Amino acid sequence: MDEELAFVRDILPYYEQSRKAVIPILQEVQSGLGYLPERALGEIARYLRIPASHVYSVASFYAQFRLQPLGRKRIAVCRGTACHVRGAPGILKAIEEATGLKEGETSPDLEYTLETVACIGCCALAPCVRVNKDVFGEMTREKAKDLVAEVGEEDRDVE
Amino acid sequence: MLNEERTILVCHGTGCISGSSEKIYTLLEEDLERLRGREKIRLKRTGCHGFCQQGPIVVLEPEGIFYSRVGPEDTKEIIAAALQGQVVERLLYHDPVTEKKIVSYGEIPFYSKQERIILRNCGRIDPEEIEDYVGAGGYRALARVLKKMTPEQVIAEVKRSGLRGLGGAGFPAGRKWEACYRAPGGEKYVICNGDEGDPGAFQDRSVMEGDPHAVLEGMIIAGYAIGAGKGYIYVRAEYPLAVKRLQTAIDQARRQGFLGENILGSAFSFELEIFQGAGAFVCGESTALVSSLEGYRGLPRPLPRPRTSEAGLWNKPTLLNNVKTFASIPQIILHGADWFAGRGTEKCKGTAVFSLTGKVANCGLIEVPMGTSLRKIIYEIGGGIPEGKALKAVQTGGPSGGCLPAGMLDLPVDFDSLAAAGSMMGSGGMVVVDEDTCMVDLARYFLDFTQRESCGQCIPCRLGTKQMFAILDDITKGAGRPGDIELLSELGEMIAKSSLCGLGKTAPNPVLTTIRYFREEYAAHINERRCPAGVCQM
Repeated sequence: MDEELAFVRDILPYYEQSRKAVIPILQEVQSGLGYLPERALGEIARYLRIPASHVYSVASFYAQFRLQPLGRKRIAVCRGTACHVRGAPGILKAIEEATGLKEGETSPDLEYTLETVACIGCCALAPCVRVNKDVFGEMTREKAKDLVAEVGEEDRDVE
Repeated sequence: MLNEERTILVCHGTGCISGSSEKIYTLLEEDLERLRGREKIRLKRTGCHGFCQQGPIVVLEPEGIFYSRVGPEDTKEIIAAALQGQVVERLLYHDPVTEKKIVSYGEIPFYSKQERIILRNCGRIDPEEIEDYVGAGGYRALARVLKKMTPEQVIAEVKRSGLRGLGGAGFPAGRKWEACYRAPGGEKYVICNGDEGDPGAFQDRSVMEGDPHAVLEGMIIAGYAIGAGKGYIYVRAEYPLAVKRLQTAIDQARRQGFLGENILGSAFSFELEIFQGAGAFVCGESTALVSSLEGYRGLPRPLPRPRTSEAGLWNKPTLLNNVKTFASIPQIILHGADWFAGRGTEKCKGTAVFSLTGKVANCGLIEVPMGTSLRKIIYEIGGGIPEGKALKAVQTGGPSGGCLPAGMLDLPVDFDSLAAAGSMMGSGGMVVVDEDTCMVDLARYFLDFTQRESCGQCIPCRLGTKQMFAILDDITKGAGRPGDIELLSELGEMIAKSSLCGLGKTAPNPVLTTIRYFREEYAAHINERRCPAGVCQM
């Protein structure tokens, strides 16, 4: 936890002490720590001289921000329209079965997080799944299960 | 033929990168080195070709030989053939309609039936090299504007072109520019909306990734026209490649004197900055986007309020246009308003870009003149419906749009005719659905999205969309009640009338249009506990 706070304190001086910096700061903290710890929000508020409730209101509003730690392997099933009509709900179900996680859950050992995203923008390759930064297109239930098995064997870095 | 400047273009759009085009590029480079072809052939990374479904795509210029679905194992053969002036037959595109192999780009119906203005450079230039953009005529429009035109003349040209905002609403761009120009105050801003949040649309992403300098050039010209010194590009953080390429483009433009102090020796100075949107569909709404840039939750501002063009970012006059609108500007300046206005329909000039996806043979990014019929888009460019299935509906405009039935295929696609049919252009998503798609389930899907994305500020949207979703959810689970259709219609009309912003006003569209055109499917679910498409489990 103290390391997390030290990280936040290190990056803050690079930002203007103005409210408009709140989203870019939250983005950098999350990209460094993988999520936004509560104490980080307080630290950011102090630096920007705005209420902590404001920082929290922003952090809880946008889909990008996470207030809980994420798994090392983040599996994101695209639920865009093109993916939906080409079978995304079935893909999600297959991955839920393979990982034992429900949408939005992280495994207790912080190995996996299963999430859905509004659209990855690879609609022509629908349905798509993203693992950390890599996108896998034209998925089927079978391919999705294989992907989970494959991901389990690899050691990917967290973003 | 071997003496000509030959180039191998490797697509580096997000779709093709997911198909390992980076590895293919490296292998091509190694093979070229090994076969001593470095002086004979140039290798180039490009942005999206649009035909993502056929990716990874490799194109050989000047012949325009088009290789689809290339794999890392194919690189040796491609280089060997290229050096001998031959073609690798097995990698050629296979037309699903005629069952024939097609050698060149220009002959593939997916491309030959399009007309590309906004996408003209996508897939042709290296988006990370400013020289490529300049070589394709880039920044010439900016030079002309700064040397030969007054801001009034630039605005008059944009007005005369008939360009309408390509973010979805279709507000005349020139009028917006003029309002910003006339608004009093020395400090003004230009914002590019690249927060493409519609599920099922990726054209803004492709333009930002494939031709970032065109967006910059359009914004700089806009800055000059309205008298702004600073611009922001608001891009979804979920588009990391677009962010990276835009940043590279900004750095390069600054070094070459297209951005910064006294641009091209003129008195005009302009700066650009990227702002990464943190993911909220409602930020497509101009006032919500502005709130977000200012460091607040992305909440739209209630009426009555001044227009963004009069009081936008930090209450200063702000010009907010979509990525494609800005990318169209340099072409309008270079070729003239009449050239641009010669395309499209009476009231909708120019071209429209669509993400053509779903149950259609050729998925990808397309650009056609405004007013092109759905039939031409789906059957001639899209190649029709695969597996001999029947087309059931076309969904345009994303969660704010509607579903049009097969009987409306001859509808000309533009802002006004789509709106009249109950749908909308939106940001340009076009999802084709066939007989295997249940329209009630599709409506439920969109309402699930909008009720999650409602910012919660106004009651009709926050509670109304939730109630509509609950009713649709019941219907798809076999628990629909008589009167549900009427209740959905009543709720939908009320929400459309009383919501605070565009998100709420358009949220009922998918439900209202599916009721209008596919009422019998709702009835089958409710009265017979039966899903005609076999999608809903009841």
